[in-house]
Amino acid sequence: MLNFPWLLRMAWRDSRKNISRLLLFISSIIIGIAALVSIFSLGDSMSAEIDNQAASLIGADLEISSSKPISNAIIKLIDSIPGQYSEQRSFASMVYFPRTGGTRLVQVRALEGDFPYYGQLETTPVKAARDFRARKTVLVDRALLLQFNVRVGDSVRLGNQGYVIEGELTGVPGQTGLSASVAPIVFIPLETLPKTGLDQKGSRISTSYFIKTDKRIDVNTLMEKIGPRLKEAGINYDTIESKKEETARSFRDLSRFLSLIGFIALLLGCIGVASAIHIYIREKINSIALLRCLGTTSRQAFMIYLIQIIVIGFIGSVLGVLLGTLIQQLLPVVIQDLLPVKINAVLSWRAMGEGLILGMIISVLFALSPLVSIRKISPLQTIRMSYQPDGKRDPLTWLIYSMVILFIIVFTRLQLRSWSEAMWFTLSVIIAFALLTLMARAMMWLIRKFFPTSWSYLWRQGLSNLYRPNNQTALLIVSIGLGTALICTLLFVESILMKRLVISSSGDQPNMILFDIQTAQKEAVKQLTLAQGLSVKDMVPIVNMRLERINQTTIETIRKDSSNPIQPWVFNREYRVTFRDSLTGSEKISKGKWTGKPDQDLIYVSIEDGYGTRNKIMIGDTMTFNVQGTLMETIVGSYRKVDWNRVQTNFLIVFPTGVLEKAPQFHVLLTHVPDVTTSARFQQTLVKTYPNISVIDLNLVLSILDDILGKIGFVIRFMAGFCILTGLIVLIASVLISKYQRIQESVLLRTLGAGRKQIYAINAIEYFLIGAMAATTGILLALIASWALAEFSFDTSFSPDWLPVLIIFIVICALTVLIGLINIRSIVNRSPLEILRNEN
Amino acid sequence: MATLLSTEHLSKSYTSGGSKLTVLDNVNLQVEEGSTMAIVGPSGSGKTTLLGLCAGLDSASSGSVVLNGIRLETLTEDQRAEVRNQYIGFIFQNFQLLPTLTALENVMVPMELRKQSNVKARAIELLDKVGLKDRSHHYPVQLSGGEQQRVSLARAFANTPRILFADEPTGNLDAETSERIENLIFSLNEEAGTTLILVTHNQDLAARTNRIVRIKGGKLVNEI
Repeated sequence: MLNFPWLLRMAWRDSRKNISRLLLFISSIIIGIAALVSIFSLGDSMSAEIDNQAASLIGADLEISSSKPISNAIIKLIDSIPGQYSEQRSFASMVYFPRTGGTRLVQVRALEGDFPYYGQLETTPVKAARDFRARKTVLVDRALLLQFNVRVGDSVRLGNQGYVIEGELTGVPGQTGLSASVAPIVFIPLETLPKTGLDQKGSRISTSYFIKTDKRIDVNTLMEKIGPRLKEAGINYDTIESKKEETARSFRDLSRFLSLIGFIALLLGCIGVASAIHIYIREKINSIALLRCLGTTSRQAFMIYLIQIIVIGFIGSVLGVLLGTLIQQLLPVVIQDLLPVKINAVLSWRAMGEGLILGMIISVLFALSPLVSIRKISPLQTIRMSYQPDGKRDPLTWLIYSMVILFIIVFTRLQLRSWSEAMWFTLSVIIAFALLTLMARAMMWLIRKFFPTSWSYLWRQGLSNLYRPNNQTALLIVSIGLGTALICTLLFVESILMKRLVISSSGDQPNMILFDIQTAQKEAVKQLTLAQGLSVKDMVPIVNMRLERINQTTIETIRKDSSNPIQPWVFNREYRVTFRDSLTGSEKISKGKWTGKPDQDLIYVSIEDGYGTRNKIMIGDTMTFNVQGTLMETIVGSYRKVDWNRVQTNFLIVFPTGVLEKAPQFHVLLTHVPDVTTSARFQQTLVKTYPNISVIDLNLVLSILDDILGKIGFVIRFMAGFCILTGLIVLIASVLISKYQRIQESVLLRTLGAGRKQIYAINAIEYFLIGAMAATTGILLALIASWALAEFSFDTSFSPDWLPVLIIFIVICALTVLIGLINIRSIVNRSPLEILRNEN
Repeated sequence: MATLLSTEHLSKSYTSGGSKLTVLDNVNLQVEEGSTMAIVGPSGSGKTTLLGLCAGLDSASSGSVVLNGIRLETLTEDQRAEVRNQYIGFIFQNFQLLPTLTALENVMVPMELRKQSNVKARAIELLDKVGLKDRSHHYPVQLSGGEQQRVSLARAFANTPRILFADEPTGNLDAETSERIENLIFSLNEEAGTTLILVTHNQDLAARTNRIVRIKGGKLVNEI
């Protein structure tokens, strides 16, 4: 018989003097629970908002779009849909702001009709969204105006046409802040497009029709009817429903990723809890032995402490849930740039319930391992203080470890898409924890093995504290180290990405790409470039085409046979193909033979090896292309390995010379601009003379990337902050717990005549070493992870920035020492007898 | 009088560093119900080990312990816990009060474990007997050594044990307090008719018992 009411009473009696300590243990999981609850709640708010704002995600009931001109038959079909529609043409082009002289590649959207029908174009002033079409003015992205110091009322030039800026564009239905950074939008009235001269044949213009259907029409039924026809014509469409699903899917990916970071924070906290409970139980051995002596069974003793953990776990989880609900109000502000809808944070009972259950499960699960040791405490310990139970590990602990791992896998599986991903994540977490523990143990072993016996007493004492019984070295190194590793890896990856681009643009490498050059403009643009003192690194012809057949396989074959290895996009996409007789420096033939010339009327093309392998296209296969109306049969002659990292025009398919020379084409020119001033001057001249030509400046790409990484990095750093914060709480909790172990030692030292300064010095040395080891281990782990990413994922060399690393190292060491010294203050500032009386 | 406790060929040995260390060697002992007995001997002679085995706190390497007709070596640890709760009271050298419980709660624990009724009134009565009724809500840390041992005494008698084991009950106390505690032990014991077995170095305390058993090198050497 367990005698449950008595167990409850004993749990209360035993814990009431330790409530603050127990709360301190459990505080480690509060942050993790808070992080997860806030993300789960955000997910719920987001789902609700996507439902509420679904229509404004696309701004209409239906969007029909194509990157190639839409045929009259399809336009007729669209006309036949009852309702009203808006037409939009969008393309990339340069804008030029005459007052400040700024130029920039933007996304131009030429609009006609009343789009958006749901939601609105958000502008300042508000009426600008309505007026720009009638007044034949434009709306310009707010960030762009700020970048070039341009105001509403100023003029902007697009192609051959000048416009007055009617308003600042601050929001477009379905657009995220991030996509606006990549390609800032400029809205112009569609009827003015011809005047810009940017709608010439060969320009890459996408056409969209936004349709608001008549109320009687059911869009899904309509699409069942006309969808296949649109697909057949290679035209895409989106309904409110499909857009909603797509948006929900991409947000789910984001929230899953964020929740995994939150989960790491929670796991970190759990390690802290397990360690704290372990020490708590060790301090309770005497009481437990006595209870056993008085007749308490091992199950009852176990239950007394389990009840305490459950109650404290509940309190911790409730606090975590409350904190998470508060943080949830903050999260939308943090990740707004990554979201296509505005979020109003609402209370999610489901998320709160999940957080509560998760907190309870995880606090009990991680506390179980130290708790089961209670069953082994012998009553003999009441009369024999030196009694040590046998050192054999309880088989139950293996069961508990298995349950912990199983829990991590199952929880991760709920966040990720597949079991294999969940297994990999769990394995990575285990490896990270194991590596950190291993390094901590290795360092302790090294200190012990090569102990500097000749050093001063203070150093020797500080060093030996690291491996004395009940030390918390490993726990602190794991918790602080993991937080440090996360933050440093993030810093390193950011710097790898940025450096790769900087290196690409260094030296004499091309760092500016001019595209959309018409054949007639080719020579003149070349001369203009040379006249500016710049070199022409390359001039590449590009021909647009589509793929009709591979051997006898067409898009219809694939639609009928889903097991076909060829992906539908192979037929649906538009190919930009070049022709030449030689390979570039970024290409190497990996299979077959490349001649660069037609062989007895047979056209041997070369395909990129990844493209070929993925779609099972073999050497000798026939690929039939539709080159703007003319069918052209080619044979796959070779596979090429392409280094996509180089700033170069790289292609999936390369034709030999002597085939496409007469086909409609445009050209791309690569050059190197030495500095920002030359770049701005060249772009201004170019845009004024050839407004149809677009320019990609690597400096612009760098600043866009910087902006994107800044926005994504901020979100990740915010989440990694939970890990750091948990690490700090674990640190504070561990240091406070160790206070109880240090009292005897400090009192003894003080009794033997140690001064306050000496005790401070011993503790400062110990905590500095712990902080330094934790930071070093975390940084080492981050270096290994970043090196592996650079080497195997980004295919680049890795040389970290040491200054931020040094700052992180110093901050972590300083924080650890500070917390340690604050903790010891209460012991040092009072008399030994007073401390012993109070702390016993 | 009937035998309450007996040991037969009781031995206890440990393996330490590969060699076998015999702490208790073939001890045969019988204790009558209601009697008092002291186990004396030098440090390390096996007194506490013998007490631990007789009280069911440990299991023997060989031999048997029969308490109130129950063979302790046949029981699991949890069954022995029940025996301790039903029949045994303990007094320790270092008092062994639960530090997070008040004096009153410490006395209540054995009775609560047995699901007795009127537990609080009985605990107060016992504390009154040891002269600590006024301090029933104090925690152990707020009591002196002698007071803590008096609470421990009240707790030992709380479950009206058949047998009381006392391990150096005055070992941590000054002479004056020791005398008071000794008097209390014997008066309460007499009042309750409990069998008393105490382990001590104190010859005067041992002399107050009916019987003294001397132990040396793990063996009973003589009996007075």
